Amino acid sequence: MYQRLVQIGRVVYLTKGPDAGKLAVIVDIVDGNRALIDGPCSGVARKVVNFKSLQLTKFDVKIRHSMRTGNVKKAWEEAKVSEGWGKSLWAKKIAQRALQSNMNDFDRFKLMKAKQMRSRIIRTEMGKLKKTQKKTTAKK
Amino acid sequence: SNHVIAKSRFWYFVSMLRRVKKAHGEIISIKEVFETRPGVVKNYGVWLRYDSRTGHHNMYREYRDNTVAGAVTQCYRDMGARHRAQADRIQIIKVQQIKASDCKRPTILQFHDSKIKFPLPHRVTKRKSVAKFATRRPRTH
Repeated sequence: MYQRLVQIGRVVYLTKGPDAGKLAVIVDIVDGNRALIDGPCSGVARKVVNFKSLQLTKFDVKIRHSMRTGNVKKAWEEAKVSEGWGKSLWAKKIAQRALQSNMNDFDRFKLMKAKQMRSRIIRTEMGKLKKTQKKTTAKK
Repeated sequence: SNHVIAKSRFWYFVSMLRRVKKAHGEIISIKEVFETRPGVVKNYGVWLRYDSRTGHHNMYREYRDNTVAGAVTQCYRDMGARHRAQADRIQIIKVQQIKASDCKRPTILQFHDSKIKFPLPHRVTKRKSVAKFATRRPRTH
Protein backbone atom coordinates (compact mmCIF):
# COMPACT_ATOMS: atom_id res chain seq x y z
CA MET A 1 0.00 0.00 0.00
CA TYR A 2 2.74 2.44 0.92
CA GLN A 3 5.50 1.86 -1.59
CA ARG A 4 8.04 4.30 -0.23
CA LEU A 5 9.15 3.83 3.34
CA VAL A 6 11.35 5.86 5.62
CA GLN A 7 14.31 3.54 6.13
CA ILE A 8 18.06 3.66 6.41
CA GLY A 9 19.32 4.00 2.86
CA ARG A 10 16.25 5.71 1.42
CA VAL A 11 17.16 8.52 -0.95
CA VAL A 12 15.20 11.66 -0.14
CA TYR A 13 14.53 14.91 -1.96
CA LEU A 14 14.89 18.00 0.23
CA THR A 15 12.12 20.56 -0.18
CA LYS A 16 12.95 23.26 2.36
CA GLY A 17 15.94 25.18 3.55
CA PRO A 18 19.18 26.16 1.83
CA ASP A 19 19.57 22.64 0.39
CA ALA A 20 16.14 22.61 -1.25
CA GLY A 21 16.10 20.66 -4.48
CA LYS A 22 18.98 18.35 -3.56
CA LEU A 23 19.08 14.64 -2.87
CA ALA A 24 20.33 12.97 0.31
CA VAL A 25 20.30 9.57 1.98
CA ILE A 26 18.71 8.69 5.33
CA VAL A 27 21.65 7.49 7.41
CA ASP A 28 19.83 7.05 10.71
CA ILE A 29 16.48 7.79 12.29
CA VAL A 30 16.45 10.06 15.33
CA ASP A 31 12.80 9.70 16.28
CA GLY A 32 9.33 9.74 14.80
CA ASN A 33 9.84 13.16 13.26
CA ARG A 34 13.50 13.48 12.37
CA ALA A 35 16.18 11.67 10.44
CA LEU A 36 19.93 12.06 10.08
CA ILE A 37 20.64 12.60 6.39
CA ASP A 38 23.78 12.91 4.34
CA GLY A 39 24.32 13.82 0.70
CA PRO A 40 28.04 13.67 -0.09
CA CYS A 41 27.47 13.44 -3.84
CA SER A 42 24.94 16.27 -3.95
CA GLY A 43 26.53 18.80 -1.61
CA VAL A 44 24.30 18.22 1.41
CA ALA A 45 26.11 18.27 4.75
CA ARG A 46 25.40 15.56 7.26
CA LYS A 47 22.58 16.85 9.46
CA VAL A 48 19.32 16.11 11.21
CA VAL A 49 16.18 17.19 9.37
CA ASN A 50 12.46 16.86 9.97
CA PHE A 51 10.47 14.51 7.74
CA LYS A 52 8.32 17.48 6.84
CA SER A 53 11.15 19.03 4.87
CA LEU A 54 11.86 16.00 2.73
CA GLN A 55 10.09 13.79 0.23
CA LEU A 56 10.82 10.10 -0.26
CA THR A 57 12.07 8.93 -3.64
CA LYS A 58 11.93 5.42 -5.00
CA PHE A 59 15.71 5.03 -4.81
CA ASP A 60 17.59 3.01 -2.21
CA VAL A 61 21.22 2.87 -1.22
CA LYS A 62 22.77 -0.08 0.62
CA ILE A 63 24.16 1.45 3.80
CA ARG A 64 24.24 0.49 7.45
CA HIS A 65 23.02 2.84 10.13
CA SER A 66 25.37 5.72 11.10
CA MET A 67 27.76 4.97 8.24
CA ARG A 68 30.42 7.61 7.74
CA THR A 69 30.17 10.10 4.89
CA GLY A 70 32.98 8.47 2.88
CA ASN A 71 31.27 5.09 2.87
CA VAL A 72 27.90 6.68 2.11
CA LYS A 73 29.50 8.28 -0.94
CA LYS A 74 30.85 4.91 -2.11
CA ALA A 75 27.49 3.21 -1.67
CA TRP A 76 25.75 6.10 -3.48
CA GLU A 77 28.07 5.83 -6.47
CA GLU A 78 27.69 2.05 -6.54
CA ALA A 79 23.92 2.34 -6.58
CA LYS A 80 24.21 4.98 -9.37
CA VAL A 81 21.58 7.13 -7.73
CA SER A 82 22.44 10.36 -9.54
CA GLU A 83 22.04 8.74 -12.97
CA GLY A 84 18.82 6.98 -11.96
CA TRP A 85 17.44 10.23 -10.61
CA GLY A 86 18.33 12.12 -13.78
CA LYS A 87 16.32 9.62 -15.83
CA SER A 88 13.29 9.73 -13.57
CA LEU A 89 10.11 11.58 -14.52
CA TRP A 90 10.30 13.60 -11.31
CA ALA A 91 13.70 15.07 -12.16
CA LYS A 92 12.61 15.74 -15.74
CA LYS A 93 9.52 17.59 -14.51
CA ILE A 94 11.66 19.73 -12.22
CA ALA A 95 13.97 20.59 -15.12
CA GLN A 96 10.95 21.35 -17.31
CA ARG A 97 9.46 23.66 -14.68
CA ALA A 98 12.79 25.46 -14.33
CA LEU A 99 13.00 25.94 -18.10
CA GLN A 100 9.44 27.23 -18.31
CA SER A 101 9.90 29.73 -15.51
CA ASN A 102 13.05 31.09 -17.16
CA MET A 103 11.42 31.64 -20.54
CA ASN A 104 11.41 35.14 -21.93
CA ASP A 105 8.85 36.49 -24.38
CA PHE A 106 10.83 35.35 -27.42
CA ASP A 107 11.03 31.80 -26.01
CA ARG A 108 7.28 31.78 -25.48
CA PHE A 109 6.80 32.97 -29.05
CA LYS A 110 9.03 30.19 -30.33
CA LEU A 111 7.09 27.68 -28.20
CA MET A 112 3.80 28.92 -29.62
CA LYS A 113 5.09 28.57 -33.17
CA ALA A 114 6.45 25.10 -32.45
CA LYS A 115 3.10 24.02 -31.01
CA GLN A 116 1.28 25.47 -34.03
CA MET A 117 3.58 23.57 -36.39
CA ARG A 118 3.06 20.31 -34.50
CA SER A 119 -0.72 20.61 -34.39
CA ARG A 120 -0.75 21.55 -38.08
CA ILE A 121 1.09 18.33 -38.94
CA ILE A 122 -1.25 16.27 -36.76
CA ARG A 123 -4.38 17.90 -38.25
CA THR A 124 -3.27 17.33 -41.84
CA GLU A 125 -2.56 13.66 -41.13
CA MET A 126 -5.91 13.35 -39.37
CA GLY A 127 -7.59 14.97 -42.36
CA LYS A 128 -5.94 12.51 -44.72
CA LEU A 129 -7.07 9.58 -42.56
CA LYS A 130 -10.63 10.90 -42.48
CA LYS A 131 -10.64 11.31 -46.28
CA THR A 132 -9.51 7.72 -46.85
CA GLN A 133 -12.12 6.50 -44.38
CA LYS A 134 -14.87 8.51 -46.14
CA LYS A 135 -13.83 7.00 -49.47
CA THR A 136 -13.95 3.46 -48.10
CA THR A 137 -17.39 4.00 -46.47
CA ALA A 138 -18.69 5.69 -49.65
CA LYS A 139 -17.58 2.68 -51.70
CA LYS A 140 -19.54 0.40 -49.42
CA SER B 1 24.77 29.30 22.45
CA ASN B 2 23.26 31.86 24.81
CA HIS B 3 26.19 33.19 26.83
CA VAL B 4 24.06 35.54 28.91
CA ILE B 5 21.89 32.77 30.30
CA ALA B 6 24.93 30.49 30.60
CA LYS B 7 26.65 32.97 32.92
CA SER B 8 23.47 33.50 34.92
CA ARG B 9 22.95 29.78 35.41
CA PHE B 10 26.62 29.40 36.32
CA TRP B 11 26.20 31.81 39.23
CA TYR B 12 22.93 30.14 40.22
CA PHE B 13 24.52 26.71 40.55
CA VAL B 14 27.88 27.83 41.91
CA SER B 15 26.24 29.82 44.70
CA MET B 16 24.34 26.69 45.67
CA LEU B 17 27.49 24.57 45.81
CA ARG B 18 30.14 26.98 47.12
CA ARG B 19 30.18 30.14 49.17
CA VAL B 20 30.53 32.57 46.26
CA LYS B 21 28.22 34.94 44.51
CA LYS B 22 28.42 37.03 41.37
CA ALA B 23 29.43 40.16 43.25
CA HIS B 24 32.41 38.34 44.79
CA GLY B 25 33.46 36.28 41.82
CA GLU B 26 34.65 36.73 38.28
CA ILE B 27 34.03 34.58 35.25
CA ILE B 28 37.39 34.36 33.52
CA SER B 29 36.41 32.43 30.44
CA ILE B 30 33.25 31.22 28.82
CA LYS B 31 33.41 28.83 25.89
CA GLU B 32 30.75 26.83 24.14
CA VAL B 33 31.32 23.09 24.35
CA PHE B 34 30.66 21.63 20.93
CA GLU B 35 29.55 18.10 20.25
CA THR B 36 32.41 15.73 19.44
CA ARG B 37 30.41 13.56 17.05
CA PRO B 38 27.32 15.41 15.77
CA GLY B 39 27.07 13.04 12.80
CA VAL B 40 25.85 10.10 14.90
CA VAL B 41 22.47 9.70 16.58
CA LYS B 42 22.83 8.90 20.28
CA ASN B 43 20.67 8.07 23.27
CA TYR B 44 20.89 10.46 26.19
CA GLY B 45 19.81 9.94 29.79
CA VAL B 46 18.91 13.15 31.61
CA TRP B 47 18.68 13.28 35.37
CA LEU B 48 16.86 16.34 36.59
CA ARG B 49 15.12 17.95 39.51
CA TYR B 50 12.15 20.20 38.93
CA ASP B 51 9.71 22.24 41.00
CA SER B 52 6.09 21.50 40.32
CA ARG B 53 3.31 23.68 41.66
CA THR B 54 3.20 21.67 44.88
CA GLY B 55 6.67 20.21 45.43
CA HIS B 56 10.05 19.20 44.07
CA HIS B 57 10.63 15.97 42.16
CA ASN B 58 13.53 14.03 40.69
CA MET B 59 13.26 12.54 37.26
CA TYR B 60 15.17 10.40 34.85
CA ARG B 61 14.28 10.93 31.21
CA GLU B 62 15.66 9.62 27.95
CA TYR B 63 16.00 11.37 24.60
CA ARG B 64 17.40 10.56 21.20
CA ASP B 65 19.43 13.27 19.49
CA ASN B 66 22.75 13.84 17.79
CA THR B 67 24.06 16.40 20.31
CA VAL B 68 23.96 16.83 24.08
CA ALA B 69 22.65 20.36 23.67
CA GLY B 70 19.87 19.09 21.42
CA ALA B 71 18.87 16.43 23.92
CA VAL B 72 18.75 18.97 26.77
CA THR B 73 16.69 21.34 24.64
CA GLN B 74 14.29 18.47 23.96
CA CYS B 75 14.17 17.84 27.71
CA TYR B 76 13.20 21.42 28.52
CA ARG B 77 10.50 21.43 25.85
CA ASP B 78 9.24 18.02 26.97
CA MET B 79 9.07 19.04 30.64
CA GLY B 80 7.21 22.19 29.70
CA ALA B 81 4.76 20.22 27.63
CA ARG B 82 4.17 17.25 29.91
CA HIS B 83 4.50 18.85 33.36
CA ARG B 84 4.12 22.57 32.68
CA ALA B 85 7.57 23.00 34.24
CA GLN B 86 9.12 26.33 33.31
CA ALA B 87 12.81 26.40 32.41
CA ASP B 88 13.81 28.34 35.48
CA ARG B 89 12.24 25.67 37.70
CA ILE B 90 14.25 22.83 36.17
CA GLN B 91 17.73 21.85 37.34
CA ILE B 92 19.53 19.46 35.06
CA ILE B 93 21.66 17.34 37.37
CA LYS B 94 23.35 15.14 34.83
CA VAL B 95 23.24 14.39 31.12
CA GLN B 96 24.96 11.29 29.87
CA GLN B 97 25.14 9.46 26.61
CA ILE B 98 23.89 5.95 27.30
CA LYS B 99 24.28 2.74 25.36
CA ALA B 100 21.25 1.35 23.61
CA SER B 101 21.24 -1.66 25.95
CA ASP B 102 20.98 0.65 28.97
CA CYS B 103 17.93 2.53 27.75
CA LYS B 104 14.71 2.00 29.64
CA ARG B 105 12.00 4.05 28.00
CA PRO B 106 9.89 2.28 25.35
CA THR B 107 9.60 5.40 23.19
CA ILE B 108 13.39 5.32 22.83
CA LEU B 109 13.73 1.55 22.60
CA GLN B 110 11.35 1.41 19.65
CA PHE B 111 13.98 3.15 17.50
CA HIS B 112 16.68 0.63 18.35
CA ASP B 113 16.22 -1.35 15.18
CA SER B 114 18.90 -1.42 12.51
CA LYS B 115 16.29 -2.39 9.91
CA ILE B 116 13.72 0.15 11.03
CA LYS B 117 11.26 1.25 8.41
CA PHE B 118 7.89 2.94 8.38
CA PRO B 119 5.77 4.86 5.90
CA LEU B 120 4.57 8.42 6.23
CA PRO B 121 0.83 7.79 6.19
CA HIS B 122 -1.68 10.55 5.59
CA ARG B 123 1.00 13.02 4.59
CA VAL B 124 -0.29 16.53 5.17
CA THR B 125 2.15 18.98 3.61
CA LYS B 126 1.92 22.75 3.49
CA ARG B 127 0.84 23.60 -0.01
CA LYS B 128 1.96 27.09 -0.87
CA SER B 129 -0.20 27.86 -3.88
CA VAL B 130 -3.54 26.24 -3.17
CA ALA B 131 -6.90 27.25 -4.62
CA LYS B 132 -9.56 28.50 -2.26
CA PHE B 133 -12.13 25.97 -3.50
CA ALA B 134 -11.58 22.47 -4.82
CA THR B 135 -13.74 19.69 -6.14
CA ARG B 136 -11.52 16.86 -4.91
CA ARG B 137 -9.97 16.03 -1.58
CA PRO B 138 -6.16 16.19 -1.62
CA ARG B 139 -4.07 13.08 -2.16
CA THR B 140 -2.15 12.31 1.01
CA HIS B 141 -0.26 9.14 0.01
